[in-house]
Amino acid sequence: MILDIGAQVAQMALVLVLSPLLIGFTRRVKARLLRRRGPPILQPYRDLLRLLRKETVLAENASWLFRSAPYLIFATTWVAAALVPTFAAGLPFSSSGDLIAIIALLGSARFFLALAGMDIGTSFGGIGSSREMMFASLAEPAMIMIVFTVSLIVGSTQLSEVAANTLSHFQLRVSFGLALIGLAIVAIAENGRIPVDNPATHLELTMVHEAMILEYSGRHLAMIELAAALKLLLYLSLIACIFTPWGMAPAGAADLSAMGRGAAAYLAKLAIGGFLLAFFEVSTAKMRVFRVPDFLGAALMLGLLGTLLLFVSRSL
Amino acid sequence: MPLTVALWCVAALLGVAGLGVALNRRASATRIVYGLCCGLCLFLFFTAVAPRGAAELTMTLPLGLPWIGAHFRLDVLSAFFLAVVNLGGAAASFYAIGYGAHEQHPSRVLPFFPAFLAGMNIVVLADDAFGFLVAWEFMSLSSWALVLAHHEDAENRQAAFIYLIMASFGALALLMGFGLLAGSVGGYSFAAIREAAHETWKSGLVLALALLGAGSKAGLVPLHIWLPLAHPAAPSHVSALMSGVMTKVAVYGFVRIVFDLLGPPDFWWSLPPMTLGAITAALGILFATIQSDLKKLFAYSTIENIGVIFIALGLALAFKANGMALPAALAFTAALFHVFNHSLFKSVLFFGAGVVQTATGERDIERLGGLIRAMPRTAFVLLGASLAISALPPFNGFVSEWLLFQAILLSPSLPQWSLKLIVPAVGVTLALSAALTAGCFVRAYGVTFLGRARSKAAAAARETDRWSLSAMGALLALCLLAGILPSFMIDTISPAARLFVGGRMPAQAELPWLSIAPIAESRSSYNGLLVFILIGISSILAARIIHVFASGDTRRAAAWDCGYPDPSPLTQYTGSSFAQPIRRTLGNVAFVARDHLDMPAPGDTRPARFGVEIRDRVFEGIYAPISRSVDFCAGQLNKAHFLTIQGYLSLVFAALVLLLLVVAIWQ
Repeated sequence: MILDIGAQVAQMALVLVLSPLLIGFTRRVKARLLRRRGPPILQPYRDLLRLLRKETVLAENASWLFRSAPYLIFATTWVAAALVPTFAAGLPFSSSGDLIAIIALLGSARFFLALAGMDIGTSFGGIGSSREMMFASLAEPAMIMIVFTVSLIVGSTQLSEVAANTLSHFQLRVSFGLALIGLAIVAIAENGRIPVDNPATHLELTMVHEAMILEYSGRHLAMIELAAALKLLLYLSLIACIFTPWGMAPAGAADLSAMGRGAAAYLAKLAIGGFLLAFFEVSTAKMRVFRVPDFLGAALMLGLLGTLLLFVSRSL
Repeated sequence: MPLTVALWCVAALLGVAGLGVALNRRASATRIVYGLCCGLCLFLFFTAVAPRGAAELTMTLPLGLPWIGAHFRLDVLSAFFLAVVNLGGAAASFYAIGYGAHEQHPSRVLPFFPAFLAGMNIVVLADDAFGFLVAWEFMSLSSWALVLAHHEDAENRQAAFIYLIMASFGALALLMGFGLLAGSVGGYSFAAIREAAHETWKSGLVLALALLGAGSKAGLVPLHIWLPLAHPAAPSHVSALMSGVMTKVAVYGFVRIVFDLLGPPDFWWSLPPMTLGAITAALGILFATIQSDLKKLFAYSTIENIGVIFIALGLALAFKANGMALPAALAFTAALFHVFNHSLFKSVLFFGAGVVQTATGERDIERLGGLIRAMPRTAFVLLGASLAISALPPFNGFVSEWLLFQAILLSPSLPQWSLKLIVPAVGVTLALSAALTAGCFVRAYGVTFLGRARSKAAAAARETDRWSLSAMGALLALCLLAGILPSFMIDTISPAARLFVGGRMPAQAELPWLSIAPIAESRSSYNGLLVFILIGISSILAARIIHVFASGDTRRAAAWDCGYPDPSPLTQYTGSSFAQPIRRTLGNVAFVARDHLDMPAPGDTRPARFGVEIRDRVFEGIYAPISRSVDFCAGQLNKAHFLTIQGYLSLVFAALVLLLLVVAIWQ
């Protein structure tokens, strides 16, 4: 029991500590692929510390919502990240929320972020919020349909059960493949990566995430950047947990060496995921804003198709 | 005993309605009437939730038709809806103690408000078709009078007219449905109807009539057109009652007829409510997303929620017909939980719209903005309600939607192919409307409360009175409580589920850590309390740590303007620009929304113009032809007014011959 809770706390700390590293790693790989030298891998930590130490500049008419939103966004994203099994399945908190709850928690974070974007009353914030909610209105149902697909195969929406099931009776299924492609599309869109949004730009008309947070500075900005990093880590962990749970310490095995192996496997999976993301990003171009609904619509249709297949036949 | 108490309370409410007439001129009339209403509703609420010894109580009063009498009955379903009605009623009355002071002609509202409450209470207590219909009509007419409270406005008169037509249509459908159920023997008491066996064609017809009758009151597409007109027209506490509570009474009517009176269902009964529910949910929220009138927006969102409830009820029917008791109980619980949830947060939202309207005189969100600074408390409460209605944790809306998703995940084991194909489509519509809800409420809340004030009235707004604030705050607290401790709600609903779908969910309150697990913990579980505590602790901890160990300094400066200072708040994103991506991507599916842009050539000095044209396909496709044909028939009949005496006499003669012929053939 104590070990379980310890492992849970360790996981919460682990995701928090690893998430800037993942960002730094992806940036570095991207730069190397473009034959640039790129910033050091630890640069995101330095950025965060610098932001935390700086004073915060608030717009004159910023309300209490604007000031409290960063902490709420950070907290909801962190809690959602803590619910995804990383190196061990069946940790104490994982039963307090299933996949649908994780999506909804991310929805809460987005709700606050979009509102914060509208608080100052500049056009930038509004455009970002509006586009974010448009993307979300397609990405979220796509995600729900993917969850349907996965949990119809497994018979559970509980991530630990999903991982355990994939480990014990893995078989190649069409619906599983559809879900994987769909989830990858949703992950790219939700994290504002190329081709949906460009995380490296600030003043460009197609931007979404950066437009919403344009007015944030100092510690508030640090919180939001950290939340964005956590979200990327969360999606990679989610893909790893559902589709490649190998190496993860099984539920109920209070065994430090198994957890150690799980952590090593998790780090390897993250590295591969980060590399694939960077590779995908350098090999595509950003798309126009009104192309994004088609992109996300594809994910929605893949999810729906996977679900339909499973309603029709248990073995597809 | 509780039934007697409840009926006395209803009689007292009718008495208060009389008092409203009598006190007409007194300045204190508003407070007295609403205070009494609030007390009586609270009393009724506690009567409904108090533990009762016997499962159900019946009573017959020598009222109404002489050979029938008025039957009343309090079973678990009536008790649940009685609690929902009176919780909403009590909150609305309490809110109105403060809000009603702004009413210019209180005597147009005061007598009808208690009568409306009494009508809704009798509907859920009635145990015979006659009493049910009379109460139903009483509820419709008293709310119609309330819609007409501000009748100086031509728009409100038209809204009331359309409401009256739709209400009469619905009542007619229900009347025919009960006629079919009672059969030629005329057993109008619910007990007699329940005993009788019904043929398949008759059940199908009654199901259709129940959908028309209850659906027109609840706002099922395509019978929804009166809702977005009538709900905004009424004073806000009445809008809250109509949207939050009266639609639930309609749901009660549907559940009572289809789950109780009609007997064991066939599987195809589930198809119409489920498909109509899905269409209603999607259309409702799409229309809500493009509205700029705050109350109209909320009314459309009510339509969406009714769609969600009907999807859940349809699923429950499908499971029940196939003898799958546990999934049926899950879907039925989700439906009733959502009924309760929606009555809470929709009331808060309409109260908030009323507060905004009294503070600024505006309901158009394009003329509001920045209210969070003048009205921080109202803004806080409405933020919570927006989160709750967008189905976001840790609030209650999420729990009922989560239960519904869990029920959908159990549906592959339904044997019928039509259900196997329709349920995933319904599921994706449900997911889509849930996601659109969040966008819709970000827009509604953000444009109204955030940003800079778009009009002088919005800039001069002041915080509202304590009565209104505490009514809204109390309901929001209940939203949060139902969201973090859902196990108690589920256990409250489960007797009703056992009675009507023959199964019950496992008792939830005994699970460790107050989490909920509808089927089994290995399948799915959710713990709202833990999620809430974790979010609370981690956000507060993060803020504390940063303020202590890093920097807590803050400086105020002007917002970043890219070097082009824009002093005018009109340069902000508006509600219509916020909805533009949705209009563009999804607009042509549901409604024809076209943006017209008239941009003059360079050098031309006339102003550029932008307009949005929205056409409602339901209205154009169904209601406009009906209205045209009614007009045509009336025009033709009108000629009969101007006949000569010979003409009239020959008409009478023709009618006589026709009737005689009918009699001859009949025999």
